[in-house]
Amino acid sequence: MSSYAIRLDGLTKDFPVGFWWPRRARVLDGVSLEIKRGEIYGYLGPNGAGKTTTLKLLMQLIYPTAGSAEILGRPVGDIGMRHRIGYLPELPYFYDNLTAEELLIYFGSLFRLSAAEARARTSRLLDRIGLGAERRQQLRNISKGMLQRVGIAQALINDPEVVFLDEPMAGLDPVGRRDTLELIRTLKNEGRTIFFSSHILSDAEAVCSQVAILVRGSLIATARIADLEFEVLGWELVVSGTDEGALVNLGLAGATALAGGRYSIDLPADRSPNFILPELVRHGFYIVALIPRHESLENYFTRKIEGLYQTPGKADEAVDGV
Amino acid sequence: MRQWTEFDRTVSIPARIAIHVFKESVRDKVLYGLVLFAIILIASSYFISQLTAGQDVKIIKDLGLATIQAFGLFFAVFIGTGLVSKEVERRSIYSLLSKPVRRHEMILGKYVGLVLTLAVNVAIMIFALYALLGYIAWTTPENVRAAWDVAALDPVMLRAVVLIFSELMLVTAIALFFSIFLNTILSAVLTMSLYVVGQFNADLRNFEAVVDSQAVAFIAQVAYYLLPNFASFDIKAEVVHAVPVPLVYIALTGGYAVSYIGALLMVSMVIFSQRDFK
Repeated sequence: MSSYAIRLDGLTKDFPVGFWWPRRARVLDGVSLEIKRGEIYGYLGPNGAGKTTTLKLLMQLIYPTAGSAEILGRPVGDIGMRHRIGYLPELPYFYDNLTAEELLIYFGSLFRLSAAEARARTSRLLDRIGLGAERRQQLRNISKGMLQRVGIAQALINDPEVVFLDEPMAGLDPVGRRDTLELIRTLKNEGRTIFFSSHILSDAEAVCSQVAILVRGSLIATARIADLEFEVLGWELVVSGTDEGALVNLGLAGATALAGGRYSIDLPADRSPNFILPELVRHGFYIVALIPRHESLENYFTRKIEGLYQTPGKADEAVDGV
Repeated sequence: MRQWTEFDRTVSIPARIAIHVFKESVRDKVLYGLVLFAIILIASSYFISQLTAGQDVKIIKDLGLATIQAFGLFFAVFIGTGLVSKEVERRSIYSLLSKPVRRHEMILGKYVGLVLTLAVNVAIMIFALYALLGYIAWTTPENVRAAWDVAALDPVMLRAVVLIFSELMLVTAIALFFSIFLNTILSAVLTMSLYVVGQFNADLRNFEAVVDSQAVAFIAQVAYYLLPNFASFDIKAEVVHAVPVPLVYIALTGGYAVSYIGALLMVSMVIFSQRDFK
């Protein structure tokens, strides 16, 4: 059994552009990637980077110009392998006249689940994604956020080992985003591999163990989140126990008063808390919290890809450059 | 989950897709409107028939069969052309094809599902027509009925229905074929155009008698063999006026439809299997 859930080997896709004399535009350029089982793998990049194209190639919705890909050790064209994967397309759209329940039962039947089994799984999944009475409404009548949840549920109807999610947070409200992130973590804890494609880096940062970044069809970096050397941008310090005047005397002007006699102070990166904290304690303050403000994954990658847009060809040189 | 066999692959998946297409189609309000309108039209032929002396059954049969054909055609073209193209345009195909479904199985399932829906619609309309004819037969005095060329509830009328249904199945296959690679509107326009051309297909056979150019005559001959011959499906006049239509003719014409449909579905499957969904 292959230890890799997903392998991409020089995956390349050209699309014809133009009507009369079509020329070939390269959308994906020799992407190679190995994703181990049980990981949440973030596949990141700006809009138009080729993320959805990669997913379509993996789902055989389009065919590669060059290169190959395997899922669970089987070529992507293997129909038997499809029993073991789930896919949420970007901005999913389903059949207007069906209800969420009927859609899931229909998709379950394509995996040859018995009617009773498909119904039971459908009910469990719809409970899991928080779809209540809406499950019996025709899909034309439910909100975009609910449709996104139905999309996630249909990707899980066959209890897949590998789940491909293309922009899973699109159209979700804050509660929906929180629930979905929690669901993704749960799926990982159940031993599944998650391929998480997104341009919202904070979401990827919240759940992914490893990330790859794609720019203009080329893979420019892969890294473990834990290994990324984020810059510390400063600290948020929360104290209580005395008044604002005492803070000003310690050179900590500009504190924000919080409820319960607490104060929040922004410490810049060049002012280490190592020196401030003993002073505060000596003056009778109680340290409630010290929260480092790290550079976000978004800033990190923006910094990494800066210049690539201005320098054609540099993307190719920067592979695995992190 | 149970193990898959080749039988499952070739029969079970298309059957499940067909049932889904049927379920989706029968919930389409447009469809109900169409069937209802067709039934009203069939019923209204009763009033039109009152304007004629002694020809009322013929008029009702003629109008009824024409209504079934016209509404069936409308349904086959406008639902058939959206079968695949809408699925691609709305991207619902992404979820479907990520399941263990081969592309040709999807095409087969879609086609069978639409034919199933079409069959139910035609059955409802033919039931309405027979109900009307039954009412006429029941309310008409015995001596008047004896003067009719053909009985009102003549089962031979079903031969015309069989050919109308064969024709509609062929139109559906054409609509599906175009919807594989064109958008819904263009597919509908081309299907309707081919239907109209197909009504005059027989004229192409003797085109060399009309034109001097050998090349044009050759092209006409090729077109004659390539384009569907829809005129051969029309036996309404014969059935209404009690002209015998041998069962062999029905079988041969039905066989022609099945062969043409088979070829079209094969080509559709090949094209669809190679298509990129951008």
